[in-house]
Amino acid sequence: MTTITRILFFACVSLLTGNVIKAQDQDLLKLVDSSKGTEPAWAAAAFKSTRVINGQSMELLGKGVLDVRILHRFGLINDGAKELFGLDQASMRIGLDYGITSNLTVGAGRSTLNKELDGFVKWRPIRQSVNGGSPVSVIWVSGVTVHTMPWADTTRKNKFSSRVAYYHEVIIGRKFSNAFSLQLSPIFVHRNLVTNADDENNTWALGIGGRLKLSKRTAFVVDYHPILSGREPGTKDPLSVGFDIETGGHVFQLHFSNSTGMNEKAFLTGTYDDFWKGDIRFGFNLSRVFQVGKKH
Amino acid sequence: MNQRIRKGIIAFSFLLVTAPLLAQDKYFTKSGSIGFVSKGNIETIQANHRSVTCVLDSRTGALQFAVLMKGFEFKKALMQEHFNENYVESDKYPKAEFRGQVVNNSDIAYTKDGEYKAHVKGKLTLHGQTKDVEADGKINVKNGKLVANSVFTILMSDYNISIPNLVKENMSNTVTITVNCTLDPLKS
Repeated sequence: MTTITRILFFACVSLLTGNVIKAQDQDLLKLVDSSKGTEPAWAAAAFKSTRVINGQSMELLGKGVLDVRILHRFGLINDGAKELFGLDQASMRIGLDYGITSNLTVGAGRSTLNKELDGFVKWRPIRQSVNGGSPVSVIWVSGVTVHTMPWADTTRKNKFSSRVAYYHEVIIGRKFSNAFSLQLSPIFVHRNLVTNADDENNTWALGIGGRLKLSKRTAFVVDYHPILSGREPGTKDPLSVGFDIETGGHVFQLHFSNSTGMNEKAFLTGTYDDFWKGDIRFGFNLSRVFQVGKKH
Repeated sequence: MNQRIRKGIIAFSFLLVTAPLLAQDKYFTKSGSIGFVSKGNIETIQANHRSVTCVLDSRTGALQFAVLMKGFEFKKALMQEHFNENYVESDKYPKAEFRGQVVNNSDIAYTKDGEYKAHVKGKLTLHGQTKDVEADGKINVKNGKLVANSVFTILMSDYNISIPNLVKENMSNTVTITVNCTLDPLKS
């Protein structure tokens, strides 16, 4: 009797164990834990473009990507119908940016305003990760501008260096959610030559850039640069609001702004219109990217 | 020794011995490759993934795949970004999974080198949607390893992956998926 009980007992155990093995078959993938050893997952596309509107955004180009950028700023909308609400006047910048690595972008451009050339280097030492890495991205931008206008004062001894200005910027940004990204960017501009003897050569500003996605391919963006010190007399804080519209390889940034300058030196030291008094211009940034180099 | 206890020990040892034996019927890889191509009028979308997880239970024919969507590599960086952000929404649906069965499992001699035809049926979960999928493939048994190949097609619309109207003419709704995995015996 007891022998039979024992055999029955073991039969039961075998059946149970068999069931356990069979149950494991239901989820074979659990046998090989695939979550281990995965690479860091970066927070991608905090902004649609490498610029919030005027200022640099926390985004860089991918490796081997060439970005052709055509920027327009029109006249004041409140000039009225006679000037077709500012569209009769256009100031533009044409530029090329290139991604040397996924963390290093360089770019150059020329603006019609002051016939100015500009170039920059943008480097991302810290990148926001969504699986336990850094909560923010940190980006360093350094640039130089050279205006090529005839000398305003031909009586003094003019040196090439007088045409040159520099800017340096640190961007700290975070993609908080799929829809919302925010970045702060202290920025310093040094002009070798200023208009008047008592004008400041050094200007400090704090860039504040935000994005709110409205749909998969459109977003509302704000770009604000309060001047902290060294304000060029008569200038106002540049403020721009607009929409990013993305279609395949193009990004259209349509916006309203009080600034005309399309490089950091130009919009931080040359924005004379007051946004809050309605001195607003329409403008757009057109970006088209091409994968010209190898991604790996 | 008491005979009953001896019988018990024999039965128990039998269990101990058979359990690992059963487990060795499983094959796996973490570095399988899956590629897809979608050929539209203007835009060809193509990507490859080289760290696909796949497990096959040769005893039951159960076959499962797991793919991290962000692992698909595109030639164009922006295309990869759009794939993850706008099409498959990788943040919301990070993984694609296939859970199915080799229907003709008994035709395949997993211990004997050779090439065998395999017919697989199961459910593919992608972009939060689960659909039945059927595919023909081949399993090549060689030196205790399995090389599994298959090509099949799915429709993006089946998985609620929408193509914006603006580019609808340029892109195709049909996606051809190519699977190529080398499976090693799973030692547990």
